[in-house]
Amino acid sequence: MSQSQPTFVFRRSPELDGQTTRHPVIVLGAGPVGLAAAVDLALHDISCVVIDSRSDVSEGSRAICWAKRSLEICDRLGTGDALVEKGVTWNEGEIFVGDELIYSFNLLPEPDHKRPAFINLQQFFFEQQMVARATELAAIDLRWQHSARDVRSFDDHVEIQVDTPDGPYTLEGDWLIACDGVRSQTRESLGLDFEGRVFQDRFLIADIRMKEDFPAIRRFWFSPTFFDGQSTLMHKQADDVWRIDFQLGWDADPDEERKAERVIPRIERMLGHGDFEIVWTSVYTFTCRRLARLRHGCVFFAGDSAHVVSPFGARGGNSGLQDTDNLAWKLASVIRGDAPERLLDSYDAERIPATDENLLNSTRSTDFMTPKSKVSGAFRDAVLDLARDHEFARRLVNSGRLSVPARYSDSPLNTPDADTFKDGPPPGAPAIDAPLQSNAGDWLIDHLADNAFTLVHFGTDAPSIDGLNLVLIDATGLASDRYDARPGTCYLFRPDQHVAARWRHFNADAVTEAWNRACARL
Amino acid sequence: MTGELRTRLGIDAPDDFYEALIEAHAGLSEDESMRLNARLILLLANHVGERAILDQAIAAAKAADRS
Repeated sequence: MSQSQPTFVFRRSPELDGQTTRHPVIVLGAGPVGLAAAVDLALHDISCVVIDSRSDVSEGSRAICWAKRSLEICDRLGTGDALVEKGVTWNEGEIFVGDELIYSFNLLPEPDHKRPAFINLQQFFFEQQMVARATELAAIDLRWQHSARDVRSFDDHVEIQVDTPDGPYTLEGDWLIACDGVRSQTRESLGLDFEGRVFQDRFLIADIRMKEDFPAIRRFWFSPTFFDGQSTLMHKQADDVWRIDFQLGWDADPDEERKAERVIPRIERMLGHGDFEIVWTSVYTFTCRRLARLRHGCVFFAGDSAHVVSPFGARGGNSGLQDTDNLAWKLASVIRGDAPERLLDSYDAERIPATDENLLNSTRSTDFMTPKSKVSGAFRDAVLDLARDHEFARRLVNSGRLSVPARYSDSPLNTPDADTFKDGPPPGAPAIDAPLQSNAGDWLIDHLADNAFTLVHFGTDAPSIDGLNLVLIDATGLASDRYDARPGTCYLFRPDQHVAARWRHFNADAVTEAWNRACARL
Repeated sequence: MTGELRTRLGIDAPDDFYEALIEAHAGLSEDESMRLNARLILLLANHVGERAILDQAIAAAKAADRS
């Protein structure tokens, strides 16, 4: 696999030759989340320096499931089409107990959305696309083979001690977005606790390459007949690569279990043949942790540096992308002087509840898959036994509750409904996509991708407010159903495509007030 | 409207039921009995359905432990 990956060359930074610059923003880490942060800022005309210690994209596939909301974010950032073209689209999952299929689900039960519920795509492909996009943008200064040794935070700036192949230097910035992963140097330098739980279980990940015509369905087995552990997951990725997860138990020896002579027979037993090649293996333990706060003065944490969840819910990479989706427009507004600094406090107010929802779902799935007591195991087994014949128990089977976009229901940036709506996305919720009638391939979500506040107006007349994007939508189509819209209904969207407010009729003063509230200007 | 957990006698022929409950466990090991009880609780909980009642039942069961 490594032969197909580009190598990122080291370039000497101006700081090494005595130049001192206070950069507006430093992004630490060029994984999916850091790159998304940088691209998002650049699209808001904010320049940033991105540093990363690596000379290559990630090894192995790592994160593979990218949710619809992430694809919509990537559409806004300019990489969505490339990801969907390369990735494996899927909407359905199947759960087996032993050999018996007990439950199937479809994560996108409603047709007519631009993007599917999920695509599977190896993390390094995602990173390659995002690097290519970042390289197109002059506002991004991408510095590879730069390791952050120490991070210091002051009242109004940060200083990072950076090691490079040409020696160390100090990098200064007004703001820092720490996307430096689960072993975050920033977190360690600032001495922040990473609180949470470690689950006593070990899982083997094996990515294999094989030709197999089986459709792209997420398949999960409890008590499989081909494996004497507790569960197995199998999932298709791009380029004929398949992800298999085996639940090994706590007593498994991680070094032994990764060896080919252990892994290959396990997979042969599962598939009934040996016609595959091992691409990557890893053994991991479930953990669920988060920082108490995501903003620390001029330092923001996003992605795995801020919170980690166990896999099986696709809540790691997808929540990280929602972090920077939430942060970038706010930080850009503050840097430009369009919003007061207190707008940045809403990053915590919105993303901490979202993080807690991810942790809750992930912890519940983990408790089901890895019962922590005998009685917990008895209830788990009871659910599985009942699931064969009884519908209600199938709904209790938990093989991972897959990522859904956060709704910032209690955000201080929301203007609560004054008019009556029976349906449609309430303030704080992300946009719901719909096809527009004007022509095929015209999607509502694409009209909200200008990185600016946008007023969507259902009807034919066109009110306008200086500085606000305006989108007119036919009040009789599918979009109006999904938004519970009548002629005259308006929705105000933030740059991250979440609803700030909505009304039955346009009123310039009300729209202006909601816009100001969403920018913390009130 | 949230209901209230009924704790006055509601079981038909209670002695017969009690005997049937014990009989269901005849010949089972402790582990098997634990799993049977778990299945029984889940079936009954689903039949009741209402979360407020189930929460009251959990609380009442915990409160009744005199050991």
